[in-house]
Amino acid sequence: MAATTALSGKRRISKRQLRDWIAGYLFASPFIIGFSVFIAFPMFYSVYLIFVEWDLLRPPVFVGFANLAQMFKDPKVNLSLYNSAFYTIFAVPIQLTISFTLALALTQRIRFRDFYRAGFYMPIIVPLVASAVVWQRVLHPEFGILNEALGWFGIEPRMWLFEPRLTKPAFIFMSFWMIGRQMVIFIAGLGSIPESLKEAASLDGAGTFGRLRYVILPLMTPLIFYNMVIAIINSFQTFVPAMIMTEGGPQDATLFVVLNIYRNAFQYFNMGYASALAWELFVIVVGFTLFQFYLSRRWVYYEEGE
Amino acid sequence: MTMRSDRQAQGALATDWQSTSADLQANSALQRRKSEASRSAWETIRLVVLQLFMTLLVVTFLVPTFWMISSSLKVSTEVFAHPIVWLPQDPHWNNYVKAFQLLPLTRFLYNTLIIVLFAVVGTVVSSALVAYSFARISWPGRNFWFALLLATMMLPDVVTLVPRFLIFKNLKWIDTWLPLIVPYWAGIGAIYVFLMRQFFRGIPMELEDAAEIDGASRIRVLIQILLPLSKPVIATVAVFALLQHYNDFMNPLIYINSMDKWPLALGIRAYNDSYTQNWEVVFAASTVMLTPMVAIFIVAQRYFVQGIAMTGFGGR
Repeated sequence: MAATTALSGKRRISKRQLRDWIAGYLFASPFIIGFSVFIAFPMFYSVYLIFVEWDLLRPPVFVGFANLAQMFKDPKVNLSLYNSAFYTIFAVPIQLTISFTLALALTQRIRFRDFYRAGFYMPIIVPLVASAVVWQRVLHPEFGILNEALGWFGIEPRMWLFEPRLTKPAFIFMSFWMIGRQMVIFIAGLGSIPESLKEAASLDGAGTFGRLRYVILPLMTPLIFYNMVIAIINSFQTFVPAMIMTEGGPQDATLFVVLNIYRNAFQYFNMGYASALAWELFVIVVGFTLFQFYLSRRWVYYEEGE
Repeated sequence: MTMRSDRQAQGALATDWQSTSADLQANSALQRRKSEASRSAWETIRLVVLQLFMTLLVVTFLVPTFWMISSSLKVSTEVFAHPIVWLPQDPHWNNYVKAFQLLPLTRFLYNTLIIVLFAVVGTVVSSALVAYSFARISWPGRNFWFALLLATMMLPDVVTLVPRFLIFKNLKWIDTWLPLIVPYWAGIGAIYVFLMRQFFRGIPMELEDAAEIDGASRIRVLIQILLPLSKPVIATVAVFALLQHYNDFMNPLIYINSMDKWPLALGIRAYNDSYTQNWEVVFAASTVMLTPMVAIFIVAQRYFVQGIAMTGFGGR
């Protein structure tokens, strides 16, 4: 008698559990299906594509490691990697410095802080295509406002987007315009530093610089790290400005990795080769991100406990 | 300056009064006051300089956008004038008429509206469902799937670009809006799901405990109890998804061929490529694309800021 009630009780619980399991899977099913169809399957599919040559007209031909072999000696691929790396290495640290400095300034006791914040954030609101269109003209050698403004300081006009040596610096300069998101993250972080810590540092004789160096910067390292990881991932995937403003030119100076992949896939219709290039980018980005996480243990400060 | 001398006088008074019983404490108090006084003067100067510098800088940041809008109202001789004409003599609204006539701009606006609307609704609905499952129901494999979800945030989209194209080509979805809409009904926007899950977890369980929960009434719990309490996070997700899809250039470029199906992003590029000599028209079209974003930013500014602060993510 007792055994049966225990059994039925157990059965009732497991019935309820079962209902939970079913409900759980049902509610999560959009993601489970979506992940399988739009992420997992495409990734396996593109591994297969690395080993074929396929122009979408004829059936795919198995070519073994030919795509990979070609990838490593293709001068355009190496150039695109160099371009993206150059852009990332110079753009990201300066972006972070500017956005952090702006955030520091906007947490001082000055007036119109909301206005400034909105103003610095404004460029993020401008649709990417529209901002590329505008900047193509801002940088125009004859009628652009950058050369005009430089002229006020007696600086000669430059051929920003027409001279290979200057195009990447011009792109980097343009990226400084879009640091609003980083800035807002830093402002949020600065706002959450307890006032008591800053006061304690002041009482110990720390000046403005000391407070920055020994209190604010260490507490902000998680956000600096976060912004850096995201900025590097994004910079390595720059596409729209290069496509709109320069189409990769002049002399391939702005042939960035994603633009090169796009061209191989959708202009030259080398589906296999483009997949190989995409995987190369994937390995670089993920590898670099993991490397940063590894390095972060040395410099990012995490509060202990919790 | 007056403030500084006042404080010093106070300090002096204090020492006079305490001079008979001059002890260490008073001395240090005096010094602290002195340094405080000079610091506050420096502080004032510093803040004024900072204020001026920030004003200059924010103006610089706003100049490209301002120049775009003002040039969209110029006649061509003003656009190409030296030195630069910052404000047109009288606003030449005809540039906008021209922009609407040269290419089907109304059509682009309409297409964008439809694509963005369906993609955003899909994102909100699917991420709410998935987030509810991750936040509130315990089922085997939940942690595994949640880890996968987080891992997809690191995934560069480019890896799936080619195979996704091939899948949609097989489905005969090329040159339709389906590739721009359907994937976003599948809850694969990891950041949105994550955002909603975090929010749901912050809502006390007691509200739901009252309701006897089975599969059917879970939907009701979500719709009638959780979602009404989650308006801020829904707004944030909607605003970010909207930015993402409004800005999307790569996907339309790959999937949409016919001009009458183009969204604004492709349309603006066409102005840029076709009317290289008519900057004022290109600027007018770009301003048309910018306007809805500005309107949304003004209305929903706090959701932008909130969302960025919560996730460190800001659309696009």
